[in-house]
Amino acid sequence: MDVFLLQLLNGLDKGGAYALIALGLTLIFGTLGVVNFAHGTLFMLGAFCAITFNKLLSLEQVRIDPEKLTPWGTPLEVREPYVEALLGDFGHWLLNYSVPASILLAIPVMAIIGFVMERGLIKHFYNRPHADQILVTFGLAIVIQEIVKTMFGANPIPQIAPESLRGAADIGLMLGTDPGVIVYPVWRMVYLVFAGLVIAAVFAFLQFTTFGMVVRAGMADRETVGLLGINIERRFTIVFAIAAVVAGLAGVMYTPILPPDYHMGMDFLVLSFVVVVVGGMGSLPGAVAAGFLLGILQSFASMNEIKDILPGIDQIIIYLVAVVILLVRPRGLMGRKGVMEN
Amino acid sequence: MSARTSPARDLVYFVIFAAAVLTMPVWLAPIGAGYPDLLQKFAIYGLFATGFNLLFGLTGYLSFGHAAFLGVGSYTAVWSFKLLGMNPIPAVILAVVAAGIFALAIGFVSLRRSGIYFSILTLAFAQMSYNLAYSVLTPITNGETGLRVLRSDPRIFDAADGAEGALVSTLFGIEMNGYAGFYFCAVILIAGFFIAQRIFRSPFGIMLRAVKSNQNRMTYTGLNPRPYTLAAFVISGMYAGLAGSLLCITDPLAGAERMQWTASGEVVLMTILGGAGTLLGPLLGAGLIKYFENIFSAFNEQTLHSIFSFLPDFLETPVVGLMSLFVGEGWQLTLGVLFMIIVIFLPGGIMEGVSRLGRLFKGSDKPSAADKGRVEAAAE
Repeated sequence: MDVFLLQLLNGLDKGGAYALIALGLTLIFGTLGVVNFAHGTLFMLGAFCAITFNKLLSLEQVRIDPEKLTPWGTPLEVREPYVEALLGDFGHWLLNYSVPASILLAIPVMAIIGFVMERGLIKHFYNRPHADQILVTFGLAIVIQEIVKTMFGANPIPQIAPESLRGAADIGLMLGTDPGVIVYPVWRMVYLVFAGLVIAAVFAFLQFTTFGMVVRAGMADRETVGLLGINIERRFTIVFAIAAVVAGLAGVMYTPILPPDYHMGMDFLVLSFVVVVVGGMGSLPGAVAAGFLLGILQSFASMNEIKDILPGIDQIIIYLVAVVILLVRPRGLMGRKGVMEN
Repeated sequence: MSARTSPARDLVYFVIFAAAVLTMPVWLAPIGAGYPDLLQKFAIYGLFATGFNLLFGLTGYLSFGHAAFLGVGSYTAVWSFKLLGMNPIPAVILAVVAAGIFALAIGFVSLRRSGIYFSILTLAFAQMSYNLAYSVLTPITNGETGLRVLRSDPRIFDAADGAEGALVSTLFGIEMNGYAGFYFCAVILIAGFFIAQRIFRSPFGIMLRAVKSNQNRMTYTGLNPRPYTLAAFVISGMYAGLAGSLLCITDPLAGAERMQWTASGEVVLMTILGGAGTLLGPLLGAGLIKYFENIFSAFNEQTLHSIFSFLPDFLETPVVGLMSLFVGEGWQLTLGVLFMIIVIFLPGGIMEGVSRLGRLFKGSDKPSAADKGRVEAAAE
């Protein structure tokens, strides 16, 4: 039972990332009808927002302190980040919490990137075949990746979680097991809660606002909404920007778990597509459910007990599930009738 | 394009193509591509893309997992070297057979669905093969290190030979490196092109095009598209296996990264860049990408400075700075930009551009064979 719980938790944080990316993908697909192969890149860009923010904060000023001397007699150089010099304790706090604080930078940046992408490129591909959409966004993904590579280099850049959220917490203690049975990194808990909040926010936005209602109506029948005199294209642009922000936030918060490099997006993209297909193209709850489900399945499959029976299963479980689901339930877990059926 | 074709015209095309391939070392030398390693890559990836095009270009099924067959071909070829001996012919034959069987199994399952679902299914199978080759199948694939031929291998037929020197496959005493290796691949490429040409013109090819244009109508006329698409899938898998085995001829080493999905993406890029659904397009695309990879990536700022030295100084530095983003390490940026431009403005690839140009200059609907040869030279 304890092992079960631990694996469940292990699966949830990865599942959270899958669910967030798949949610954005589905949002774009359900509204615009575009298969966005550059979505993993948005995840990666989010992660690099966190890195940029951290780099900006850690710009240092060098001051020579004439009072103190180094052991070899030269005046001591004091290095101090500008934010700390200017803002004192708050600056220190900001530097410490740079990963969560970079959300503030990531939201506008990702929204602008999403807006530009949709207006500049995706807009022209509404009426082209899905194969063309896949190809052009695939090309865009290569271009963005290469630009990031030139700017930040090819090596992963580790980011650290805030001090108070580092380390592991004994969660089992809270649930009444013996101490030391279920020990789980705090940041992963944070990620899980964060993913839940973002998902809830997106659903609430779609469910309880007039804007969301129009978007949902547009997902169901775009033409009729257009005939009612609503400028659906403009709203869809905003939806694209929201999807970009969601992917970006997923990336920002994932940086302490996995040091980001320029091709991390591609690795997640392939899995997210599998998630979307398993959940059912165009179904938002399906995408979220499938994200968590596949994350958990993957973590269970990497248990030694299971690997002893079926060697290598942890490597292929996600794809295997996708193949089985596609063959027996062609619409995915919660796919709607008539979406992408041919 | 198929509007005005005749057997005689096809024969002329074929002869010109064969001549162009065999003389590649001569006419590619001026642009710095006249060395056997690169030429061999042109031939191998041309074959890979030609096979991919038989599936995607004709039936419209976009497979994102073709690298799996390339990998299977490579592994089979290396095993054939290890067990049977260094003769490339059994290696090539076995690789084609193995890739064909593998493609039959994957195709049988994947072709139950179409559109993006088909792409995801093939991608899933390829990723499964890749992950397994890396982990559990290590006894067969030698995992991360890659499978290579060792001196201690049984090699039933030529265990006594090659006791010293590097292990290179030999075809009846001719070592398959340098130009010998290239010509071996070139001959196979020409044969592969011939088969592809025959398929394009055959009733079978017309059936495949029917699948692309409208599957429903095809079913209404009482035809079942499945056997045709499956056959196309298997044939194109066999081409990929063939290409995979040829990769091992000069350098008998097979690694799992050949099966990764980025490798599948590369063949998609090649085919689209050149022009899906045309005979020459995929070959042009493959040549272009491999040329970029080898020549552009070797550029550095020094070479750029010497190229732009005719500019005044205040212009030279920014131009070189800008250009250096696109060459050397950044050659993939060039590739990505080029690819996007092609998909946006020229969905038919380079071949569509060629035929548009041809129409522009001659007012006819089709460029002549001589035109094609010249453009091919220019494009590669």
